[in-house]
Amino acid sequence: MKSKSKLFDKEQLWGYSFISPMLIGFIVISLLPIIATIVISLTNWAMLNNDVKFIGFENYMKLFNDPLFYKVAKNTFLFTLLLIPSNLVLTLGLASLLRDNFKGVGFFRTAVFTPVVTTVVVWGILWKYIFQTDNGLVNTLLSMINVQGPQWLYNANLAIPVAVFVTLVKGLGLNTVIFIGAMKDVPTMYYEASEIDGASKMRQFFSITLPSIAPSIFLVTIITMIGSLKVFAQIDTLTGGGPGTSSFVFVYYIYQQAFKYYNFGYASAISAVLFCLIVILTIIQWKLRKRWVYHEN
Amino acid sequence: MRTDSERARRAKKRKKAIHYLVCSVIAVIMLFPFYWMFTTSLKTYGNVMKFPPQWWPDPITLDNFIQLFSRHNFLRYLWNSFYIAALVSIGVVIVSSLAGYAFAKMRFKGSNVLFLIILSGMMMPIEVTIIPLFIALSDLNLANSHFGLIIQPIFGYCGAFGTFLMRQFFITVPTELIEAGKIDGASHLRIFRKIVLPLASSTIATLVIFTFLQSWNDYLMPLVLLNDSRTYTLPLGLKLFASEMGVEWNLVMAGATFSTLPMLIVFFFAQRKFMESLAMAGLKG
Repeated sequence: MKSKSKLFDKEQLWGYSFISPMLIGFIVISLLPIIATIVISLTNWAMLNNDVKFIGFENYMKLFNDPLFYKVAKNTFLFTLLLIPSNLVLTLGLASLLRDNFKGVGFFRTAVFTPVVTTVVVWGILWKYIFQTDNGLVNTLLSMINVQGPQWLYNANLAIPVAVFVTLVKGLGLNTVIFIGAMKDVPTMYYEASEIDGASKMRQFFSITLPSIAPSIFLVTIITMIGSLKVFAQIDTLTGGGPGTSSFVFVYYIYQQAFKYYNFGYASAISAVLFCLIVILTIIQWKLRKRWVYHEN
Repeated sequence: MRTDSERARRAKKRKKAIHYLVCSVIAVIMLFPFYWMFTTSLKTYGNVMKFPPQWWPDPITLDNFIQLFSRHNFLRYLWNSFYIAALVSIGVVIVSSLAGYAFAKMRFKGSNVLFLIILSGMMMPIEVTIIPLFIALSDLNLANSHFGLIIQPIFGYCGAFGTFLMRQFFITVPTELIEAGKIDGASHLRIFRKIVLPLASSTIATLVIFTFLQSWNDYLMPLVLLNDSRTYTLPLGLKLFASEMGVEWNLVMAGATFSTLPMLIVFFFAQRKFMESLAMAGLKG
């Protein structure tokens, strides 16, 4: 018996040694920094401040009285609100168009997917060019039909919608492919049975396809929400947060406070709020996934 | 009877034609920005400003591309981006396949809790940990180097996701295979390397595609950490180049074309694998 328990111990040791690189790395690279972020958020740490000390929740009090923070939250919320429905409608439509195998379907899927593998910064700069007020492709096309195009990127009301559009087009392919996969898992006999009953394609989509792929729809929605919270590169390349502060989002505000003004304490408080939102959404995502999509273990 | 079937056939044909038409319109809309980027990169500055626009560059010039290499460091940026993404991918595959294998097939105390702890790394993306990481790397004099860009993804989001992905795969490997190796007297490390890992090649390819793209795309970390043009990656180099060039869109688009072409070429050779992998990563990540 003794030898067996010894063997068991050796087994355990193997297990720990296999996970130790990842575990130690996780503690140093992710866990300690997130704790540090929260600790720093309770201080008045700034580059020009020699008297760094704990100030309790003062940064958070300041945050909740900061009009710009509300604007940032509003912009991020608006971004999510515009992105999610348009993304769902377009990707479900594209997935229905490209689900079945027909001649050339590979080409069409590739065309929709190409922006997904394009670097975000390239994509942002390319659309900045297309949305230029003078000389941009969009306004040039509009002027051909005698419409004077707006200042897409320099208009406070248009900056966020344009950023949403650019993000939307970039991500279409990924979500379309996810939905194609989900649609292919729907048993064909459902469709066959409804065809006998004389159901139209439209009816089939709403009564069979949509309910069957509901789990994927929810997951894609949550993933899109988490992505919207982390938006940065598109905003920085397209509008630089502007005009003024009209397209400031969470990460942009963190970046500005931490790395332009070096207000580490205040920027950490914003990071901590963002972290809480990500945690909540991720936990929802995991719960949904466990329940619906993958029956793990 | 005959006319009926004829009519049905015709209706089917028309439906098919409409389907192709809609798909083609979408494909044109999706691909036109790339066409516009590419053709602008071949124009002279004067012709970029022309109205009505030149739909095809005339004359075609390669001057814009020559400038990228002669007056700017784009080849260096490309190399930096490539080697960083390659090291990140190798690192992620090593640490997350080891951990994933242990969580799937080895029994040790606390394994479930430890797995959840590592998985929670996915809730701690660089966007919320960058301030202390920047401070720590600056204190260690590592801020203006690639160290953080390589280490962070390995043990951050990509590594946590990789551990999850690899564990999911290793669970499906029959335990008998591992037991057989043990009976032959092979060590755990040997079983892992010679028996288990080769089986995982498809999952590893998925993980490499996901990780490489994440690193290749990374913009926030290089922006915050790097301040010497010799260390720039492609996204950062391109962004600063674009700010510098302003409305010289012919040059900016040459930079954009050069920055995106390597990845697009790889993608066109392995489209299916890319789509499968990124869709899977999207759903699970």
